[in-house]
Amino acid sequence: MSRRKTERLLNLVICLLATRRPLSAEHIRQAVPGYDADNDEAFQRMFERDKNELREIGIPIEVHKDPWEEDPGYRIVRQAYELPEITLEPDEAAVVGLAAQVWQRASLAEAASGALLKLRAGGVETDEAYGVLGGALELRVDTQDPAFPALWEAVRDRRAVRFAYRAAASQNVLTRTVEPWGVVSRRGRWYMVGHDRDRDAPRVFRLSRIGGAVTTVGRPGSVVVPEGVDIKSMVVYSDAAIRERTALVRVRQDTCQGLRQVAKAVRPVGDGWDELEVDFTDPGRLAGWIVGFAADAEVVGPPDARDAVICRLKGALA
Amino acid sequence: MSTADRLPRLLALVPYLMSHPGAQVPEVAKIFGLSEKQLIDDLQLVWMCGLPGHTPGDLIDVSWDGGEIVIDNADTIARPLRLGVDEASALLVALRLLAEMPEFGERDALARVIAKFEQASGEGAAAVSSQVAVEVDAAPDALPSVNEALRRGRRLSLRYYVPGRDEITPREVDPMRLVVVDGRPYLSGWCYRAEAVRLFRLDRMLSVDVLDVPADPPADAVPDEVTPGVFRPSPTDELVELELTAAGRWVAEYYPCERVTELGEGRVRVALRARDQGWVVRLALRLGDTGRVISPASLDESVRAAATAALNRYESIF
Repeated sequence: MSRRKTERLLNLVICLLATRRPLSAEHIRQAVPGYDADNDEAFQRMFERDKNELREIGIPIEVHKDPWEEDPGYRIVRQAYELPEITLEPDEAAVVGLAAQVWQRASLAEAASGALLKLRAGGVETDEAYGVLGGALELRVDTQDPAFPALWEAVRDRRAVRFAYRAAASQNVLTRTVEPWGVVSRRGRWYMVGHDRDRDAPRVFRLSRIGGAVTTVGRPGSVVVPEGVDIKSMVVYSDAAIRERTALVRVRQDTCQGLRQVAKAVRPVGDGWDELEVDFTDPGRLAGWIVGFAADAEVVGPPDARDAVICRLKGALA
Repeated sequence: MSTADRLPRLLALVPYLMSHPGAQVPEVAKIFGLSEKQLIDDLQLVWMCGLPGHTPGDLIDVSWDGGEIVIDNADTIARPLRLGVDEASALLVALRLLAEMPEFGERDALARVIAKFEQASGEGAAAVSSQVAVEVDAAPDALPSVNEALRRGRRLSLRYYVPGRDEITPREVDPMRLVVVDGRPYLSGWCYRAEAVRLFRLDRMLSVDVLDVPADPPADAVPDEVTPGVFRPSPTDELVELELTAAGRWVAEYYPCERVTELGEGRVRVALRARDQGWVVRLALRLGDTGRVISPASLDESVRAAATAALNRYESIF
């Protein structure tokens, strides 16, 4: 943005804030320096662009259309423009300071620091030095997936999205069209929850499996989030399931420390080996873990868990 | 800050100067992330703007004699612009994340702050911030002791599990900071075993005792910078190449890869750095027929040897 343009926009903001009655475009043309006095069309174009730029940074420009006036009038209503009076106690200021440094990537980190700057400009002291737990607590959230900014905007603007997606372990990439209900971070992964239009059902998508650009579909405001939807509970998957079966695993002494930690029983069986009872749900998942201990662990039973391990080991040799 | 952000900055700068009469050039430049020269340039621009008419009496009056900034005649823009939806949402989502934190000591302040921001930022931000959520892990057993040690400045004695090496080691650690990354808590502290600052996952602390010894980390110890990503392979670690089928692609999502090459039909070749060969062998065994070590070839031989040894156990028993 050129210096002259910044000057013109700042003068325009002051002009529209200072006026009580709405001003016509022609009036504004006279009052704000920098508008073309001779070429009507050039002025109209410039004025339209200026209004859009102000709206983009969140300045509410009110348009009045009186039936007895030919031209619309413009003004900025002070109450809609100004940050309301906020006061923060020292403990509240510390919490805000902590919250403001959570985001690690450009879009949200800038939004958070922009908010902090406005608060300070409004006379609110957000003392980051005070801190919570004597400054020894820090929270960080990363939004590294390239799809994140587009999905944040889609959720904000309540707009459907379209993107290329590869489902887990799938050989194919398919185009999906989804009405987003929200995005959730769980254990370092971001998920989008929403209504999948092609499948006509709620679905969960992992952001890291979205390939390429996310495009918006339809108008802003067209997505309705069904009442009572709990987006967080939708991304809790099977690892919360009850572990209903028990495997018997023989392990060499002084090995398999991780396995021993979760075992509900450990007993020595001689010859330098122990026997563990380990709860599990899915034989495949159990096998994936046990094979990592190679010749230090052996599943005795049940047979399907034992076979799953043998199958996995043969696979590694194939 | 890019030039496109200049207008929003000026609309925060003027109110800041109004609410902090006599502020110093260096201090204000720092708060707004500017060089002193850039700040002066902003002040010069502001000085050219004002109410329609633009006679000397209409213009904003700014001086910075001796580095002390005094501003006058800027009542129209004396208050900052209200928070935008992104700004308010970025703070509100972060504040709600704090509310989820187990053992968070400032709950009362937090509730007050959330109420204030929801009120000050309107419906849009409140809605968005309920659609973006960061889930926090259930409180690990170690959390109360770690918090206590941080609060009282005491050394900790840990039994710590390292899954990569399947090892449990005793450690004495002087706690420096509790860092919650993507909803998962870590302790950053001076480890006497490593004689360096280390990051410990709380859910891998098998036992933790607060010692009656004051924490005394070396004066020049800096808490580990945890961003971006907690798992940071070192460039000196060995580069390992794996080929994965569609069912093994999860590896590329879970571990930071230096290269990911699509091979068609969902297959992919990845290159990642591994500190520990044992870890790679474990991973390859777990992958079974869904992944294979391509290089170094010696590592593939270790995988095969481990798989053969393990299979021998299964075949020798019956």
